[in-house]
Amino acid sequence: MERPLTQHIPDNGAALHLREYEAVGGYSALRKALRDMEPAQVSTLVKEANLKGRGGAGFATGMKWSFVPMNVPGPKYLIANADEMEPGTFKDRWLLEGNPHQLLEGMILASYAIQATDAFVFLRWAYKDAAREMRRAIADAYTAGYLGKNILGSAFSLEMQLHTGVGRYMCGEETALLNSLEGKRATPRAKPPFPQVSGLFGKPTIVNNVETLSWISHIVNNGEAWFKSLSYTADGGTKIYGVSGRVNKPGAWELPMGITMRELLEEHAGGMRNGYRFRGALPGGASTDFLTDAHLDVKMDFAGVAAAGSRLGTGTMVVLDDRTCPVGFVHNLEHFFAQESCGFCTPCREGLPWTEKILWSLENGTGEPSDLELLERHARLLGPGNTFCALAPGAMEPLQSALKYFREDFEQHIKEKKCPYAHHQH
Amino acid sequence: MLSAIEIEKISHELRHVPVKKAACIEALKIVQQERRWVSDESVADIAAMLEMSAAEVDSVATFYNLIFRKPVGRHIILLCDSISCYVMGYTALRQRLHEILLIGYGQTTADERFTLLPNACLGTCDHAPALMIDEDLYRDLQPEDLEQILEKYH
Ligand SMILES: Cc1cc2nc3c(=O)[nH]c(=O)nc-3n(C[C@H](O)[C@H](O)[C@H](O)COP(=O)(O)O)c2cc1C
Ligand code: SF4
Ligand code: FES
Repeated sequence: MERPLTQHIPDNGAALHLREYEAVGGYSALRKALRDMEPAQVSTLVKEANLKGRGGAGFATGMKWSFVPMNVPGPKYLIANADEMEPGTFKDRWLLEGNPHQLLEGMILASYAIQATDAFVFLRWAYKDAAREMRRAIADAYTAGYLGKNILGSAFSLEMQLHTGVGRYMCGEETALLNSLEGKRATPRAKPPFPQVSGLFGKPTIVNNVETLSWISHIVNNGEAWFKSLSYTADGGTKIYGVSGRVNKPGAWELPMGITMRELLEEHAGGMRNGYRFRGALPGGASTDFLTDAHLDVKMDFAGVAAAGSRLGTGTMVVLDDRTCPVGFVHNLEHFFAQESCGFCTPCREGLPWTEKILWSLENGTGEPSDLELLERHARLLGPGNTFCALAPGAMEPLQSALKYFREDFEQHIKEKKCPYAHHQH
Repeated sequence: MLSAIEIEKISHELRHVPVKKAACIEALKIVQQERRWVSDESVADIAAMLEMSAAEVDSVATFYNLIFRKPVGRHIILLCDSISCYVMGYTALRQRLHEILLIGYGQTTADERFTLLPNACLGTCDHAPALMIDEDLYRDLQPEDLEQILEKYH
């Protein structure tokens, strides 16, 4: 089983530094592209590989790049989205801390493909080790001639900066990220115009996830057929999956795309801890619908999880066990979303705190039968198409699916006027 | 008044941006690094330097949860209160922190040693529950670990 993205990351958690990265073939894809390939050929290759974005939405990367207007003068930007703040998600951290040059090489290749002049890593505040490694990697890449003017003697030049954030989940939403990089509040922008045409400071801009960009050098070196062969399914490549919650071995693993939920849970995460039973899981972070034990044979790729009524999202699963209250679990999520709402549009600004309060009252024994209908109405009214960005619809995914799969728990809270779980916690 | 160091650092940032406003977040970070928090006076000083209104600077400052607009202690404790840490029992950590420090969220100890804040997912969910103190990450925590950890900070 090949693990292109993580195989060279040292087990002790240290980073692969420049010399070590070069020793395992690092920057050979950049040399090859600058020597033998036109920018459009790099884009076409990524398009043919059918690489889908690993940031949560699964948008085709080559397609996204193809919207950038070529042959226009002036600056263009490439941004690595390293904000990783989706609760339950810890996959980009591994790549940032362990293999920073793999990300940089991918960013330089992506910049070459769209002819970007400047690139940024937008890194969340909490990733201190990643910040240190990225800073060092950027400096080393400049010294070695992989960044700056006339990279490796070619006509291509690129400047790279690391930007560290000051909190807020919204910074991960790509247009809000652009506002934040411009020094503003991280509120999203209306689309169109799409960032590919008018992004950072009004210039063409591509935003891609860390895991997405970490693929580019491998695809350039090994081709699209190889990329597709890594996967069990039609979505190519491997995926970094993760599991957290009351399992025996929580962690993250790079595995063929399309592995089943069962294999992930039982073989890699070591099954449930003694005394705990699996009730369900969010397959890809806080803003995905629950799946239950009826879904254990679902293939964890974009189409497979979608067919089961959820989303692959970030591919990092949060497990709900039988001793954790599903209502409390969803209350915790809605507290997060209500707090992180940027307040720009009314349904989300008003609806999320309302949702949170209803769940709180259920947990505290003051819920009423009409509350369930109220929650369902919120799930509809804050759903896709009714809000300015995807935060609120994402927030409704765990809620609506919890109402479907754990309805008896909600009803029990109302009937007994208390949370029936012993490990009742807020 | 901004110090000479602050002015120099902000001026350095201004060289990298096409319009002065774009340095707003960096300027707030610089002032906070020097003074631990950003006062009304500093907001006005940054506004003057970046040719913005104070209200505009404040609207940015108050949007971001890691820019502090109130005085804070010498060390900031950020306790993860997101979902994996919820499942793994962060509330017991919160309880223990309240007992040891005698403060709630958003408060600072009388000796100004610690400020306690909740924080969204720290991205280490496979080692939940977790917290950060200043730049240090602590993972796989039990309530009984906390006392010893806090002793490292003066
Ligand atoms: C509220 C919100 C938060 C997001 N946070 C992140 C994030 O932290 N990292 C990320 O890569 N994408 C995040 N996204 C998705 C981005 O908007 C964008 O789709 C992604 O960075 C594109 O990269 P990709 O095409 O490589 O997947 C978020 C989206 C929303 C709506
Ligand atoms: S949906 Fe929520 S986060 Fe998105 S723009 Fe509206 S208020 Fe802001
Ligand atoms: S939920 Fe606490 S670190 Fe992710």
